[in-house]
Amino acid sequence: MSQISPQQIEYNLKVVRQFTIATVIWGLIGMALGTWIAAQLVWPELNFDIPWLTYSRLRPLHTNSVIFAFGTSALMGTSFYIVQKTCRTKLFSDKLAAFVFWSWQTVIVLAVITLPLGFTSSKEYAELEWPIDILIALSWIAYLIVFFGTLVKRRTSHIYVANWFYGSFIIVVAILHIVNSMSVPVSFTKSYSIYAGAIDAMVQWWYGHNAVGFLLTAGFLGMMYYFVPKQAERPVYSYRLSVVHFWALIGLYIWAGPHHLHYTALPDWTQSLGMVMSVILFVPSWGGMINGIMTLSGAWYKLKTDPILRFLIVSLSFYGMSTFEGPMMSIKSVNAISHYTDWTIGHVHSGALGWVAMITIGAMYYLIPRLWGQTQMHNVRWINIHFWLHTIGVVLYIVALWISGVMQGLMWRAVNAEDGTLTYSFVESVQASYPFWFIRFVGGLFIVAGMLLMIWNMYRTISAGKPTRETIDAAPREAATQSA
Amino acid sequence: MDYITWRSIYTVIVFVLFIGIALWAFSRKRKKQFDEAAKSIFEEDELSSTKQDNTKQESKNNE
Repeated sequence: MSQISPQQIEYNLKVVRQFTIATVIWGLIGMALGTWIAAQLVWPELNFDIPWLTYSRLRPLHTNSVIFAFGTSALMGTSFYIVQKTCRTKLFSDKLAAFVFWSWQTVIVLAVITLPLGFTSSKEYAELEWPIDILIALSWIAYLIVFFGTLVKRRTSHIYVANWFYGSFIIVVAILHIVNSMSVPVSFTKSYSIYAGAIDAMVQWWYGHNAVGFLLTAGFLGMMYYFVPKQAERPVYSYRLSVVHFWALIGLYIWAGPHHLHYTALPDWTQSLGMVMSVILFVPSWGGMINGIMTLSGAWYKLKTDPILRFLIVSLSFYGMSTFEGPMMSIKSVNAISHYTDWTIGHVHSGALGWVAMITIGAMYYLIPRLWGQTQMHNVRWINIHFWLHTIGVVLYIVALWISGVMQGLMWRAVNAEDGTLTYSFVESVQASYPFWFIRFVGGLFIVAGMLLMIWNMYRTISAGKPTRETIDAAPREAATQSA
Repeated sequence: MDYITWRSIYTVIVFVLFIGIALWAFSRKRKKQFDEAAKSIFEEDELSSTKQDNTKQESKNNE
């Protein structure tokens, strides 16, 4: 039975392995870049007076590498794994899957080259210039075809909920990217948005917030709905809740963008609409969080011994925290204090480092041994050390920026009672922020140390194992009924 | 029909659809199917077989 008989289907795990390695490496690079620019805020000399290394050019490189290199590689890899496993079939096309991997890595390498050189469309999280945008679109459409092609040829009647989240993320990101990147090229390296004024701003933040809502939330919820039950060895707390919160989440997120544009030239009613939708969004977000955490109900003791489960469950508590904070910050009067301050950056990182990175790291620790024919990671204790390094790092980061953010907001709005002049100049608020920026930098060091440990652990695990070949019988429904 | 009227009707349609989805998801008839779906990710391990090295398996079979 060792040979793959015609009745057996072999999963394509090669592309999953490629994305897994890419995820961990880009994660380290992206987070190290973030730590470096955090250090630049404390010690500006760290740009060495080289234009390519200035904060303004490295900051978009940091966001692109953590969102699109680390996060999206993780989503592509895990979605290809989950869609094959839950649909009990191999990928729609191995060649197209390989194209998705290599074209996506090319996009990232081009970002690494062009952003420091200063080529940018100046749209946040969509900085890459138009030739790269076209490559992104091609890569994404190939991704969409492979994913939905696999769903179509599935050999199960039901589509498992994780795939619904991944599917919505893939479709919406395709639409967002294509609409927001519409531009008029003036040369090979420069283009201007086809939208103007407040409409341009609204399109940009419709894109920007749904990159958060669909890429950094829906996609990673798909990851959560597979890896949390698998690692906990218990079915998800409420499958019906997952169905309802899926539709509520995708129905509401698309409207939340205007909260990035409070008190701007955007029409007032649009701002209020964005605020109301963002506040309601709290409900489906917590539906997902409760569903994930309660999956462990009756098996809480597993958290004591299983560091991978710790990563997954603590990521959900950060998700709950940041999805409570987000709706609160979208309220206009709160936003009047928080906007343009460090509070926003702290909020983003509690989502990105707490939720996105921790669920990804947990999923990678789950996948790596299984993809290389091992039963567990080379050193499980190191996973636990990584967990604490990461958690301490995130807490230092977000607490520091909460304090500096609220402080900046209060300093900027303080006026002298006698004549109504500003109490503080801007530079005084910068000076007051230094200690907190230093703490943020220290938090970054903890996180990078954890990622270094992860890379070493991954290297040892992979070199001790061999690529897994996994097959499934071609008649699974019969097999399922026999075992039932 | 003007734009505002259409958007109002659309909002009501989406709202009704959502209530429909919630009722459908929590209806008693669907419970069994959803429970099976939740457990489905645990069956895949029984159905699939993993090997890390083909030649090793083969030599085992020859013994």
